[in-house]
Amino acid sequence: MSKVVAATGNEAVANALRQVDPDVCAAYPITPQTELMQRFASFVSDGQVKTETILVESEHSAMSACVGAAAAGGRVVTATSSQGLALMWEILFIASGLRLPIVMPVVNRALSAPINIHGDHSDAMGARDSGWIQLWSENAQEAYDNTIQAFRIAEHMDTRLPVMICLDGFIISHSIERIEYLDDDEVKNFVGEYRQLHPLLNIEHPVSYGPLILTDYYMEYRKAHDEVMTKVPGIVLDVAKDFEKISGRKYSLFDAYRLEDAEVALVILNSAAGTSKDVVDEFRNRGVKAGLLKPRLYRPFPYKEIGEALKHLKAVCVLDRADAFGGSYGPVFIDIAASLYSYKEKPILINKIYGLGGRDYFPEHAALVLNELIEIVKTGEVKTFKEYIGVRQ
Amino acid sequence: MKLKGWRELTPGAVILEAGNAVEFKTGSWRAFKPIWKQENCIQCLFCWLFCPDMAVKVKDGKRADFDYEYCKGCGICALECPGKKGKKAIVMVEEGN
Repeated sequence: MSKVVAATGNEAVANALRQVDPDVCAAYPITPQTELMQRFASFVSDGQVKTETILVESEHSAMSACVGAAAAGGRVVTATSSQGLALMWEILFIASGLRLPIVMPVVNRALSAPINIHGDHSDAMGARDSGWIQLWSENAQEAYDNTIQAFRIAEHMDTRLPVMICLDGFIISHSIERIEYLDDDEVKNFVGEYRQLHPLLNIEHPVSYGPLILTDYYMEYRKAHDEVMTKVPGIVLDVAKDFEKISGRKYSLFDAYRLEDAEVALVILNSAAGTSKDVVDEFRNRGVKAGLLKPRLYRPFPYKEIGEALKHLKAVCVLDRADAFGGSYGPVFIDIAASLYSYKEKPILINKIYGLGGRDYFPEHAALVLNELIEIVKTGEVKTFKEYIGVRQ
Repeated sequence: MKLKGWRELTPGAVILEAGNAVEFKTGSWRAFKPIWKQENCIQCLFCWLFCPDMAVKVKDGKRADFDYEYCKGCGICALECPGKKGKKAIVMVEEGN
C-alpha cells in the first residue's frame, strides 16, 4: 500500500534513504542539498534508522569516508551539490575504480564563479565521465523512485558501481509536490540485504584495496571498467521492471514522449522536460508532429537505444542546462550527436543552452525552439547550430 | 610470467591473497643500503618492527641479516635503531660505493 503525501524533493529522497536504512552516511551540508541530509540526520537522531553518520570537514572527506566504509563492507550513502561535488572529484574516480556501490543524490546546482546557489547541471555534467552511473530525475516522485532503484543497480553482482541520482536544485529539491511513498517493508524487501563481495573487515579472508597498478595492467583495468558499463542498461531495465511490480510506475532508459511518429523533437533533462511536454501537447493539438526525449540513464549513455529512438526525426533540438566550455556544444548535444553519428539518414541537430544558474525556463522557450525546428524542416536551413536562449543581448 | 587479460582481473583491483607482497621485490629501488653491525646490536628488534616491507629477518627470536630483495633503502630501520652506547647497529651507505 502506498501513501500519498505532499513533500519537497529533498524530503522525498531523505525518506527513501530512511526506508533503505543504509549502514553508513558521511555527508557535508551544501545548498540546495542541505535539507536532504538535515532530514536524514533527524531520522538518525530519532532512532528511525540504524545508520552510522560520520561528521566530516569537507566533501572530499565525505567521499573518502564513504569509500572506506564501502570497502569495509557497508551499504553507504552521501549527498551533495555543486562545489561539494567538485571537491569530491578526485575521490569519485577512486569509488568507481574500486567498484564500490555508493549511492549519492546530487541536487544539481550551478558552479562558481560567479557564485550561484540555483539549479543547473554544470556540477553533475563535470562528473559524467567519472565511472559512476547517473540517473536523472524529472520530478520529486522520480527522484524518490530513482533513489530506491539506485541501490539495486549499484549493488548488482555483475557490476558493483556507484550511482548518482540527479535532481534539479530548488525547482525540485525545494518545491512541494504530490508524491506516492511505498511502504517501508516494500522498500526493504525491494533493496534486500546487502553483502559486500570482498569486505575489508572480513578478517578470515584479508584483502587489500587500492594497489599500485602501472603500465603492465592499468589499461586492462580501464578496459574492464568500460566493459562493465555496457552491462548497466540491461540491469537498469531489469530493476525498473521489478520496481513497476511494487509501485505501478514504469521506468526505462529514457522517456520517449510522443516520439514515435514525430517529425520535430526536443531532447531535455530533468525538470524542464515537464514544462516542455506541455508545450509538445499544445503543438500536437495544433497538428504539429512534435515529441520529446528525456534521458534518465545518462551514464552510461544508451547511445544505441537513443539513436534508434531519434533517427527517424527531421529536426531535433538538444537543450543543455550546462555549457561545456570546449568551444563546441553542450554536453547532452555532444552525446546525442554521437548517438546519431552512425546513421546515414538522421535529423538536423541544433543546440540551445538554457536555464543556467537557475534562470527560469518558460513554456515560451520550448515553443520558440519548436517553431524554429518547424522552420528548419521547411527550409532545410539552419541559422545557428548553438545558441543561448533566455539571455539578454 | 604470462600477463593476464582484462577479463581475468578481480573487479576494483582488489588483492584477494593475503601476504602476497612476498612476490613484489622492491630491492632495485634502493639508492642507500642499510648495513647491520652485529657488535652494536642489542636485539631490541625495533628494525624488524618498523621495517615497512620484509627486509629484516629474524631467526630463532634473534636478529638475522637483511634480505636486500625487499629493502628499498628507506632508512627507517637506521633512524629507529637505538644502538649500543651511542653507536648505531644500522648505518646507511650509498649504493655502488
